[in-house]
Amino acid sequence: MQITTPNFKENATRALNDAPLQKALKNVEIGFIAKRLAAVDALPEFEQLRDNARDIKNHTLAHLDLYLEEYEKKVIASGGHVHFAETAEDARAIILDICRKRNAKTVTKGKSMITEEIGLNDFFEKNGITPVETDLGEYIIQLRGETPSHIIAPAVHLNKDQVEADFRRVHTHLPADRDLTEHEALLNEARLVLRQRYFEADVGITGANFLVAETGSSVIVTNEGNGDLTQTLGKCHVVVASLEKLVPTLNDCSQILRVLARSATGQDMSVYTTFSTGPKRAEDPDGPEEYHVVLLDNGRTAMLGTEFQEMLRCIRCGACMNHCPVYHAVGGHAYGAVYPGPMGAVLTPSLSGIEVGGHLPNASTFCGRCESVCPMRIPLPKMMRHWREREFEKHLTPTAARYGLKFWAFFARRPKLYRAAVSVAMPLLSWLGGSSRRIHSLPLADGWTKHREMPAPEGKTFLQAWAEKQAREAGR
Amino acid sequence: MTDKPTVGLFVTCLADLFRPTVGFAAAKLIEDAGCELHVPMAQTCCGQPAYNSGDRKDARALAEQAIEAFEGFDYVVAPSGSCAAMLKKHYPGLFKGDATWEKRAQAFSAKVYELVSFLTDVMKVEKVESQFAGTVTYHDSCSGLRELGIKAQPRKLLGALPGVTLAEMKDSEVCCGFGGTFCVKYPDISNAIVEKKTATISDTGADVLLAGDIGCLMNMAGKIRREGGKTQVRHVAEVLAGMTDTPPIAGK
Repeated sequence: MQITTPNFKENATRALNDAPLQKALKNVEIGFIAKRLAAVDALPEFEQLRDNARDIKNHTLAHLDLYLEEYEKKVIASGGHVHFAETAEDARAIILDICRKRNAKTVTKGKSMITEEIGLNDFFEKNGITPVETDLGEYIIQLRGETPSHIIAPAVHLNKDQVEADFRRVHTHLPADRDLTEHEALLNEARLVLRQRYFEADVGITGANFLVAETGSSVIVTNEGNGDLTQTLGKCHVVVASLEKLVPTLNDCSQILRVLARSATGQDMSVYTTFSTGPKRAEDPDGPEEYHVVLLDNGRTAMLGTEFQEMLRCIRCGACMNHCPVYHAVGGHAYGAVYPGPMGAVLTPSLSGIEVGGHLPNASTFCGRCESVCPMRIPLPKMMRHWREREFEKHLTPTAARYGLKFWAFFARRPKLYRAAVSVAMPLLSWLGGSSRRIHSLPLADGWTKHREMPAPEGKTFLQAWAEKQAREAGR
Repeated sequence: MTDKPTVGLFVTCLADLFRPTVGFAAAKLIEDAGCELHVPMAQTCCGQPAYNSGDRKDARALAEQAIEAFEGFDYVVAPSGSCAAMLKKHYPGLFKGDATWEKRAQAFSAKVYELVSFLTDVMKVEKVESQFAGTVTYHDSCSGLRELGIKAQPRKLLGALPGVTLAEMKDSEVCCGFGGTFCVKYPDISNAIVEKKTATISDTGADVLLAGDIGCLMNMAGKIRREGGKTQVRHVAEVLAGMTDTPPIAGK
């Protein structure tokens, strides 16, 4: 995708003035939060499960090399193939090669953020292969030529009437006077159109929520069953996953599953949780003839051993963005990168560089709600702050902010000078407040006064007033 | 010599500069709780603006300054969840790898409390003297809530005031959009967030909005006045200390 993160401010302002988007974003703010809370409240051991989930991933990351080797062995033993891809380009080339060998014309896809990360759909189209998104949300945005605005609800930025218009625009083979007023009618229409595509597909591509080293299995969770059809009806199943999806055992996987859906959609479990181990065996009634796993690094191993390692615990549940006031205000597209919200604010600079992703770790109030709901206990604000430190070290902080900060710190580090300065400045600012006790417009503070009044200071500073009071009382 | 615990009041830069009444209210509440109050003159700012802007060098220098000025007291109390969390939760990390300073910072941080939680949790204050009467609504500022667990404490003391009725706003735990430098770096996003907040405040019909952090209060007060809203805005310490003679934040 075209990364537009450097234009984050402009993107955000456009999003704030986009009435249909603002209407759609209400669904995130109201729906997801209440559902998660109900699911969490119903499970007394939820906090303990979060600790376990964190510990499992920490352990895996500490021994990633061992588990990767074990996983690869098990995949090969079950008749599958493992391909290591260091970069997005490598991954695309590997996948194209698999498709070419099967002479593939149509590829069905289950929902996968990794294929968004490597820009697979555009690449397929340039190479004469038709990618068909089968997740309803992904299908909708594919019709619109858009990217996902949310990692688990890719079309959450849209309203029903927009989807209806798209279906009428694209599904011209269906009667023009059909009734699409109910959500179910839209769902059934998508199902009808997509069903045929599964049979036409030569290759089915899915992501993975987990890769299990113990068994060599890949695991996906879905609510529509589209992932299962994608991977079993195609003659060749390609799993595209980043390497931190690894967990040691099935038991570890099932522990993390208990926090995943609850954190994401507020379900106890997703409707489908599907384990795939190798291609169709002789005794299996169906399944793919070939099974490939493309393991993507794309900057992740470079995060190991740094202050960003903990980000690799992320299981892509979306809880952080569901609870983020900035995401609620501007939606996912404004971030201008593959991953939006707080997890995207940490991951985007890791994947694309702080020079490109710099806005995102800054566009946070550090309210901490993301960390408080993260099932993997990832300290997201702390890591955003680390990115700000990297920016400051590299002199990427905007010049005005940098000098402003240095000017302020010069005084703040010299209490006597600071006292002298503020004992002049604050009474002046107080005087500007007049009888209203507020200032409507203030040069150099227009970021504040553009939208709000500036409260006028009372006059003397507290320390000045306190010292005078002490002196009066001592003299009495 | 008294056997009263000594308390250093870290008044915070915003209360010092903009809202001295909060400093006097905090001083009264701390003294009424049975403590010996001290106000070191060498205090400026906790360093959070530098820390959150990635400037660890200045953040550390300001942390050293605060530790030197305050480490001699039994407790360090700040009328702000955000600044108290900086002193309590983030200072030791600034000295990682410097054994002497790290130890000093940890000892200092252990003594730091936000004002209202200090009164209730440490000094076991059950009720305070205040003649304030009216309907109030309380916003839970993020740092105090999530880093220090401040939620029940202000409600407990407000609930013990006979003249006060608490009308809870919807989503009191949701950020007001201030975020320190965030509000001037991303003014349009900050505005969208605070607009939602002022709507929930207005829906309560409360006379006065209270919170424990001047930054958040200045943001919400500035927005309410710009919108022509009716709610007046004060720091919770002003009401608890019965010091509401000064005009509210950003005026009436």
